[in-house]
Amino acid sequence: ENLPFFITCLVVLKIIKHYQEEGQGSEVVQGVLLGLVVEDRLEITNCFPFPQHTEDDVDFDEVQYQMEMMRSLRHVNIDHLHVGWYQSTYYGSFVSRALLDSQFSYQHAIEESVVLIYDPIKTAQGSLCLKAYRLTPKLMEICKEKDFSPEALKKACIGYEHMLEEVPIVIKNSHLINVLLLDLQEKSTVADKPELLNLSSSNHLEKSLQLLMDRVDGMSQEIVKYNTYCRNLTKQQQQKQQYLQRRQQENTQRQSRGEPPLPEEDINKMFKPPQAPPRMDTLLIAGQVNNYCQNIKAFTSQNLGKLFMAEALQGHSS
Amino acid sequence: MNQCDWQGATARIPWRPALSFSSSPFVTILHFLYKIMAVHGPFVKIHPVVLASIVDSYERRNEGASRVIGTLLGTADKHSVEVTNCFSVPHNESEDEVAVDMEFAKNMYELHKKVSPSEVIIGWYATGYDITEHSVLIHEYYSREAPNPIHMTVDTALQSNKMNIRAYVSSQMGVPGKTVGVMFTPLTIKYIYYDTERIGVDLLQRTRASPSRTNGLTTDLAQVASAAGHVQEMLSTMLSYIEDVLSGKVMADNSVGRYLMDLVNKVPKITAEDFESMLNSNINDLLMVTYLANLTQAQIALNEKLVVL
Repeated sequence: ENLPFFITCLVVLKIIKHYQEEGQGSEVVQGVLLGLVVEDRLEITNCFPFPQHTEDDVDFDEVQYQMEMMRSLRHVNIDHLHVGWYQSTYYGSFVSRALLDSQFSYQHAIEESVVLIYDPIKTAQGSLCLKAYRLTPKLMEICKEKDFSPEALKKACIGYEHMLEEVPIVIKNSHLINVLLLDLQEKSTVADKPELLNLSSSNHLEKSLQLLMDRVDGMSQEIVKYNTYCRNLTKQQQQKQQYLQRRQQENTQRQSRGEPPLPEEDINKMFKPPQAPPRMDTLLIAGQVNNYCQNIKAFTSQNLGKLFMAEALQGHSS
Repeated sequence: MNQCDWQGATARIPWRPALSFSSSPFVTILHFLYKIMAVHGPFVKIHPVVLASIVDSYERRNEGASRVIGTLLGTADKHSVEVTNCFSVPHNESEDEVAVDMEFAKNMYELHKKVSPSEVIIGWYATGYDITEHSVLIHEYYSREAPNPIHMTVDTALQSNKMNIRAYVSSQMGVPGKTVGVMFTPLTIKYIYYDTERIGVDLLQRTRASPSRTNGLTTDLAQVASAAGHVQEMLSTMLSYIEDVLSGKVMADNSVGRYLMDLVNKVPKITAEDFESMLNSNINDLLMVTYLANLTQAQIALNEKLVVL
C-alpha cells in the first residue's frame, strides 16, 4: 500500500539550503513540493521555498506568490503540480494542528501528497534526516467530518499511532546528475569530517528531554480535563436519577391523596450535559510524545554503539 | 555593492594588433599575466545546489534548444563571489539573433528576493562548452543588472567526457578610442558546502553505485556501522602501506611517519578506572533515557486504551 516515492537530488539540496540560509534556531521554514504522479507513484522533482512571515509584510499575499512562482516555473518546463509541502523541524516537534490542517487540504486535492519533514539538527549530526508523512485514511475521514468529539473518535478507533503514516523515500537521480556528482567528488577538497562518530550526547539529550517534559505536562493537563468531564457526567447522571425518583415518589403520593400528578418535565432541559472536551488535542500531544520517544531511542541506540566502539579502542591501546 | 578591486589589473594590459607575436617579450608578459589571472584571481565559490539546478534545467529544455541560460544569485565581497542560487530564464537562440525574456528574469528575481533578501544577481550561466557571440550580448544585458557579472559555463554535453564547469569575468580590451572588444578571463572555481550540504551530498553520491540509480535512507545503527566501516577501510589502507615500508617495498617518507605518530598519539591515554567510570556513567545516562522514553510510550498507550473504555 505504501509504495516509496521518488525524490531527486535537486529537491534535497534545495531544502537543505533553504534551512541553512533562512532558518534560525527553532523557527520552521516551509516550502512547496512540485512533481508529478506516475502510475500512482509520486515523483518529486522540484520545490520552492516560502518566505518567512515577518510583521512588516502584513499585506504579503501567499497565494499570489505561489501562483506567480508556479506560472513562472511552468515557462521553463518545470512540473507545476503541487504534490506536497516540506517543513523543517526542531528536535522532531512537528505534530501540530496546523500541520494536520495543511496536510488535510493537500491530501484532499491530491491523494498521494506528502509532507516532508527535514530535521537539520539530526542531519548535522552525521546523516541526512528526511522523512515523509501522510495522513491515514481514517484520519482523513474524521477531518472531513470535522467532528472531533470523543464518541466519533471512539467509533473510528483512532489511536495516536494511526494518525500519520510514514512513507519511505527513495532518491532517484538521472545519469547526468550522476556525472555531476562524480565530478564534484573528484574536485571537492573538503575533508571528511566524521560527525557521525562524535561521542558527545548530553546536549542533544537535554533538549529532547526538555521538549518531552513539556508535552507530557500538556498531556497530563488534558487527562485531568477529561477526568473532570467524566466525573461531572456521572454526577449528573446520578442527579437525574435522583430527580426522577423523587418525581415518582411525589406522583404516587399525590395519587394516593387524589390530586393530579405533576406534569412530566423535560429532564434534558433541566440537566444540561457537560461539554465533552475535544479529543483532537490529546491525540496530537500523544502523537508528538510518541515521536519524541522514537527519536530519543534512535539517538541513544546510536550513541551506545559508538561508546562500545570507543571502549574497544581503549581496550586495545591500554 | 563594492567594485571588485582586481578589475583594474586586467584593464591595464594594452593589446596592440599590429605587433608580431613571435619573439616579443610582451607576449611572455601577457602569458605570465594570464597565468596569474587564472591562479591568483578572485575565487568563485559555488554551492552544489546551483549545479544540480543547472543540470535539471538542461534536462528540461525545450525541443530544439541547444543550450539553456539563467541567472546566478549570490553574494559578493572584496575577495570572492559566492553563488548560492540560480534560476533558468527562457530564451530563443538562432544563427543571427538571440532573444532573452527579461521580464521573466526580473519577475523571478523579485520572487526570490522575498525569500532570501540577501541574495543579489551576480551573473549568469549557460550550458555548453564555448562562449559564443550571443553570450557577449547576453553578458552586456547582465552588466546592467550587476556590477561585473560572472559568466559560468557548464558543459552538459560532456564534450571532453567530463562536465567542465568554468567561470569567467569580462573585461574590456582594445585600443582606447578605437573599437573596443570584450575578453573573458577565466576564474578559479571552488566548491563550497555547508556542513549539512556535504552530508546530503555524501548520501546522494551513493546513488551512483546502484544500478537503478536509487537509494533509500538508512536507519540509525546502520549509519554508525557504515561510518565505522569507512574508518576501518582507511585503517587497512594505512596498515598495508606501513607493511610495505617495513618490508622495504616502498620508500619511507618522513612526513607520513610524522602523521602516523600524531594519529597514534591522538588516542587519549586514560587510566583504565577513569575510562571505566566515564564509560559507565555515559552508558547509564543513555539507558536511563531509553527507559524513560519507553515508560512514557507505555503510559500514553495505556491512556489511549482507558479513554476508549
